[in-house]
Amino acid sequence: MSWDDFALAFFSLDILRQACPILLSGLVQTLLLSAMVVPLGLFGGVLLALLATVRSPFVRWPLMAWVDVFRSLPPLVLLIFVYAGLPFAGLEVSAWGAVAIGFFLNTGAYYGEILRAGIESVPAGQVEAARSTGLSRGQAMAWVVLPQAVRNMLPDLISNTLEVVKLTSIASVVALPELLFQARQAQSVTFNATPIVAAAVAYFVLLWPVVRLLSRLENRQLAGRR
Amino acid sequence: MAAIVRAHGIHKHFGALHVLRGVDLEVAERELVFVIGPSGSGKSTLLRCLNRLEEPSGGRIEVDGIDMLDRRTDINRARQRIGMVFQSFNLYPHMTALGNVALALRQVLKLPRGEAEGRARAALERVGLADRAGHYPGQLSGGQQQRVAIARAVALEPRVMLFDEPTSALDPELVGGVLQAMRELRESGMTMVVVSHEMGFARAAADRVVFMDHGLVVEQGAPEAVFGAPREERTRAFIRQIDRH
Ligand SMILES: Nc1ncnc2c1ncn2[C@@H]1O[C@H](COP(=O)(O)OP(=O)(O)O)[C@@H](O)[C@H]1O
Ligand SMILES: [Mg+2]
Repeated sequence: MSWDDFALAFFSLDILRQACPILLSGLVQTLLLSAMVVPLGLFGGVLLALLATVRSPFVRWPLMAWVDVFRSLPPLVLLIFVYAGLPFAGLEVSAWGAVAIGFFLNTGAYYGEILRAGIESVPAGQVEAARSTGLSRGQAMAWVVLPQAVRNMLPDLISNTLEVVKLTSIASVVALPELLFQARQAQSVTFNATPIVAAAVAYFVLLWPVVRLLSRLENRQLAGRR
Repeated sequence: MAAIVRAHGIHKHFGALHVLRGVDLEVAERELVFVIGPSGSGKSTLLRCLNRLEEPSGGRIEVDGIDMLDRRTDINRARQRIGMVFQSFNLYPHMTALGNVALALRQVLKLPRGEAEGRARAALERVGLADRAGHYPGQLSGGQQQRVAIARAVALEPRVMLFDEPTSALDPELVGGVLQAMRELRESGMTMVVVSHEMGFARAAADRVVFMDHGLVVEQGAPEAVFGAPREERTRAFIRQIDRH
């Protein structure tokens, strides 16, 4: 394969121009998808983390099982199960609905573990000091524990969010027209890989600033620990 | 004189461990009671039961006329009357000294910001740290941190203050400042229960010394009596050991 053939197959400006509108619409869908699943996952995570502060075994064991199951299941399997499996139980879900449910379950479990670890990283003496001055459990959580927990877990939260945004590409298996889905469409009609390359570049441009931010936070934490 | 703290027959179990085995403690208004005893004898647990940071397994506790163990008691309101100072300070690292002191004034007493900060400043002034109001705990020495912690408790104008080994985590040269703050608090008429090994302070400031061992009050009395002529052999052994340091 000559260099020209190679360039034509992967970096064709002509193809790029043709595929541009459909790729852009895919990018918009990916952004919308992220704007839906990240808050949804965080919401699920906060619920799980708050439940984890309950000491009763009737909460603890089911909670642990829940988190374990949804962290063990591959997200792709989970998504297909929700989309193709639930209709057998009489529950029709749209592609968006299936993605929302799947990510709530999977991403929520991960965010939940991060939040729980962050909350537990705050020494018990902090809550005791707050409670001894008359703050309620909730006030101690809001004013003393969570601000410290968020600081401790910020790199993990960002890192997980990065993974979640990347993971939105699995929505293509339920034909949700996000970036990867559209790139594959364009590729199959043009018989050319350029749309895939363009999608990769779009992901990179989108996420690289977040990756940089994450590195800086991680370095700062390392420096702080020294 | 009226008792501010009345604790009777306090028991505490941690699983199979019987840590408090029927402790009685009464503290009169303006009294300074000093609690001594070997490590693990239950001193901290007793203090923590008084404001219900630990749930006693049995007994009765009344503080300033409030039944602390009654389910209907609003524990958060009751705790405003009981200040506590911890061995490890437990300042909130993400807040300034002023923020540490003002938090409960704002959130519990619901004072407007200006008033809360005014009271917080006054409390910091009482412990000699008015000029450190804007500093974070990480920028303060251990002694200064502990004085901020005292100010945080005092700002709520409690009826009684509990101190759990307030100077044990400090370098020797920083102990004096904390004891000075405690002395001034005492002179202002504060009722205090102090767990500590600072025998000099006990001799100078305590009205009564309580010696605990294995979850029981073994002996109590005036400092001269307990330190000078202890009746129980266990007390004697403990005081010999402390004096050697
Ligand atoms: N949260 C806890 N869980 C289990 N055991 C505890 C707990 N807190 C204290 N203990 C035990 O109770 C005993 C008394 O502890 P403590 O009140 O801290 O003694 P002191 O303050 O006199 O050194 C010790 O044996 C200690 O290990
Ligand atoms: Mg102790």
